[in-house]
Amino acid sequence: MVAKRIIPCLDIRDGRVVKGVNFEGLRDVEDPVALASFYNEQGADELVFYDITASAEGRGLFTDVLTRVASQVFIPLTVGGAIRGLEDFDRVLKCGADKVSVNSGAVARPEVIEEGAKRYGSQCVVLSMDVKRVRGAFHVFAKGGREDTGLDAIEWAQKGEALGAGELVVNSMDTDGVKNGFDLELLSAVAEAVSLPIIASGGAGKREDFEALFRLPGMDAGLAASIFHYKEVGIPALKRFLAEKGIPMRVVA
Amino acid sequence: MNDKITVIDYGVGNLFSLRSSLHALGFAVQLTGDPEELTKVSKIILPGVGAFGDAAQKLRSTGLAEALVDQAKRGKPLLGICLGMQLLFEKSFEFGECEGLGLVPGQVCSLEADLREAGLAYKVPHIGWNPLHLEKPTCPLFKNTREGDAFYFVHSYHAKNCGDSLAASCEYGLNVTAAVQADNVYGTQFHPEKSGKVGLSMLEAFGEVR
Repeated sequence: MVAKRIIPCLDIRDGRVVKGVNFEGLRDVEDPVALASFYNEQGADELVFYDITASAEGRGLFTDVLTRVASQVFIPLTVGGAIRGLEDFDRVLKCGADKVSVNSGAVARPEVIEEGAKRYGSQCVVLSMDVKRVRGAFHVFAKGGREDTGLDAIEWAQKGEALGAGELVVNSMDTDGVKNGFDLELLSAVAEAVSLPIIASGGAGKREDFEALFRLPGMDAGLAASIFHYKEVGIPALKRFLAEKGIPMRVVA
Repeated sequence: MNDKITVIDYGVGNLFSLRSSLHALGFAVQLTGDPEELTKVSKIILPGVGAFGDAAQKLRSTGLAEALVDQAKRGKPLLGICLGMQLLFEKSFEFGECEGLGLVPGQVCSLEADLREAGLAYKVPHIGWNPLHLEKPTCPLFKNTREGDAFYFVHSYHAKNCGDSLAASCEYGLNVTAAVQADNVYGTQFHPEKSGKVGLSMLEAFGEVR
């Protein structure tokens, strides 16, 4: 049985981790390489890096960091942030990324999904969407959640699948930061509409939230940032807890 | 010479992680797309991501197919990874029938079609960490591997009818071929270079095969 995945997410600006992590034994909490190695040791199943750098100069710092992480950490690495075309896919894949996550770039130009899937295969293209309820409907937001695109999230997920996306990250802006559980209503609606693997994001606050997530049909992975960074939930304990509840986990000894 | 591993570079897939993981294990790594070169090397890895037909065509047009078969038949250790494993088989049915290297008995078929036929609603591609069942626990590739160790898979096609060559399987609705061995020829459907510690120790075991 394929294991449900636990994925920490790291925001990187100018080559440094935003909101550095407070872990004992980590001397430099903003060093992406140290943090990635730490999560690998802890049994993270995959790592996601979002490059939130604004400048072109910072972009170079990011690919340098990515190269160093990929030379030392041998689990799947997904990279997102400012991916607009094939040249961006190429730039991060050459530095050791395994999957490329598209978000606003795909809203602006959906063909980027198809182009990426044709050249690198669907397994390489992750469609990430930020979703928020607007007058009872699920809308896709772009530009880091600042802009309501008016797109219906369910239709956008289906379009992404048709264009060749291989996985879907569904981030609920309504539950994000609230730490009261994943947005199960949104996630079930998406899971019923597409057959892509779904990575749920937004709302994890305690280990029971992951249990509730994985009891939902069609959920493949749970992604979170601050609860791992601030050690509110430790990955080894979380995985043991879920395994005891009968959820298939890769438990690293 | 024994500590060098040669990785076939034929423009299919990303070699970054494979090269880095071998380096991290202390192996010297040579990338080559030159069939002549293969006569001089000691161990070969055939990687690959993408479509079978394109990859098989590239191996044939460059003369690498013939050189790989020749070296494998002379007893040189060869490891195919992911699509590289699938290319070791007799044929594939990905987008029509296409011939492989024929070094391992079996065919490569659509996972989706076989799951559907079995009435199983599993997602394809099969992505994620899956524990192995070691069919041949004494296979030299598994020197450092334990029953139930999980490895990272990403694939939409799978190998069938491998007979005695089946070395490990995993459960994804069906019993999916995870690793094969025919004498000195090895293959893994999963990516050891993306499977953390257990993956690195499997690559190390391949590097130590004599």
